[in-house]
Amino acid sequence: MNYARTTSGRLADAAIAIIMIFVIVICLYPLVFVFSMSISDPLAAAAQEVWLFPKGFSLNAYKLVLDNPDIWKSYANTLWYTVGGTALNVTMTILLAYPLSRRSFVLRHPITLMIVFTMLFNGGLIPTFILVNNIGLYNTRWALIILGAVGVWYVIIARTYFSTIPDSLVESAKLDGANDIRIFWSIVVPLSKPIIAVLVLFYAVGHWNSYFSALIYLPNKDLQPLQLYLVKVLVESTNLADSVLPGEEKSLALMQIKYSIIIVATLPILFVYPFLQKYFVKGVMIGAIKG
Amino acid sequence: MPSPMTASPARHSAPVRGSAFYKFAKQLVSDKYLILMVLPAVAYFIIFHYLPMYGVLMAFKNFSPSRGIWNSPWVGLKWFEQFFDSIYAFRLIKNVLLLNLYNLLWSFPIPIVFALMLNEIRKNAFKRVVQTVSYMPHFISVVVIVGMAITFLSPNDGIVNTALEKLGFAKINFLSEPGWFRTIYIGTDVWASFGYNSILYLAALAGIDSQMYEAARIDGASRWKQLVHVTLPGIAPTIIILLLLQLGRMMSIGFEKIILLYTPSTYEVSDVISSYVYRIGLVGGDFSFAAAVDLMNATINFVLIVVFNWLSRRLTETSLW
Repeated sequence: MNYARTTSGRLADAAIAIIMIFVIVICLYPLVFVFSMSISDPLAAAAQEVWLFPKGFSLNAYKLVLDNPDIWKSYANTLWYTVGGTALNVTMTILLAYPLSRRSFVLRHPITLMIVFTMLFNGGLIPTFILVNNIGLYNTRWALIILGAVGVWYVIIARTYFSTIPDSLVESAKLDGANDIRIFWSIVVPLSKPIIAVLVLFYAVGHWNSYFSALIYLPNKDLQPLQLYLVKVLVESTNLADSVLPGEEKSLALMQIKYSIIIVATLPILFVYPFLQKYFVKGVMIGAIKG
Repeated sequence: MPSPMTASPARHSAPVRGSAFYKFAKQLVSDKYLILMVLPAVAYFIIFHYLPMYGVLMAFKNFSPSRGIWNSPWVGLKWFEQFFDSIYAFRLIKNVLLLNLYNLLWSFPIPIVFALMLNEIRKNAFKRVVQTVSYMPHFISVVVIVGMAITFLSPNDGIVNTALEKLGFAKINFLSEPGWFRTIYIGTDVWASFGYNSILYLAALAGIDSQMYEAARIDGASRWKQLVHVTLPGIAPTIIILLLLQLGRMMSIGFEKIILLYTPSTYEVSDVISSYVYRIGLVGGDFSFAAAVDLMNATINFVLIVVFNWLSRRLTETSLW
């Protein structure tokens, strides 16, 4: 697109560029600020002298945070839920999506209808809670893995992807004597690396960031994931200072501790994000086309 | 089609009814491996999504966990009456509607404008950097976002209040002031989602036929005119669909951020139906009542979503050219 170099054109371009820079600043500043505060000298931090760059240098807050075994336990729990949960999610999702992508599948319509309906209506928070209780999942690790095992939206995305695998391929394999499971395992799955990557990313991020299921189903502190630990420290502001710090260091360091915890919890995502970003975008696009 | 090798022993049985059912049964058998594959997921949906629907009955009963749903006494519409008679009903519904309205006002258009601006950028490297940075907030968990908001807005040592003080203004206790709640809620929402939500619009923008732009240019259209007469109509279907879907969600709002952000002093603007159900039902243990309120909300949502989904399908068929 070649635009004539008019003044108004140049002005528009400049305005847009300025706005975009503003956007970048807005997106990055909070995290940069949090990071700077967390590594600054505690006195400078408490005196509110830090605005963008750290003042002084101190890893004191991090030491306090990382010396607390609770955060390690929470991290381990989150890893467990993320890895285990995502594995289950992706498996169940593609096992459901592939047959639904076959037009000749006898149960295609009823099942599709059934799962789409759940997007419109469900039993509600209380009945689900009671059910989980009655099944015996309350206060167990499995509550977080089994609940939300399959996301309808992701099934639809996967189904769209699988429908690009031509029926002729499946038919010729059948003529060679393969059954559906064999076809799925040896032909479909190897062809599905892109969609599996997208699913893994979406589900994994979902698990990493989730807190609510743990809030209502996991009263046992030893089973709680990182986000729930963050809720306690950042939102409810309980006990961390009490359990970790003596007397007056408390108020000085508390804010820095909060900022350090934010960094500790978010660093993995921030680190991994740039590399995986294009897969997410692809996933959203696939979903959009179907939507 | 089933392979020619399967026998059909039903040739002697009653013809018409038998053959329709028989065909279905035969297909079930030939698809048996596919059925096996979907079984775990289907079982999951039945157990965790459909079984709780039975639990909806507790909204009409005086449910006690020890007696179970079946044995609890029937109370009919008592809880629904109780809810609508209370002062909460109006407040909660008003809050949901207002929050969603603000959402429509801000969170909806901003990604569109952002996408349009991105589309005008010609230096690809710059464009990609902006995109990458703008998607990032979406991946930060709601707990961290609320945590940052709470810390920044903290009355004594939050950075915002420190800045206000230095500029000569009085400190504001943001999180306890009802007047600030919606701003904080929508503000953090926009921050977290504007980039990610723009992806759909960017895809739509990329799908506009470049020949339309050519034709417009040949007709002497300026850059602005091209925007108005080619670009906007080009993404209009996308906007309309998403708008209608959003309208279908006017009565529904997720509580995950709200229960982290609200305080008792802001309940009058921040408490919504879903957070109320959580507080009264799960935390307070008033199961039946909360289930009733939840059911009412879910039913309204269902009707709204179905109506607007249908509308979106009808309207966009006629608006596509």
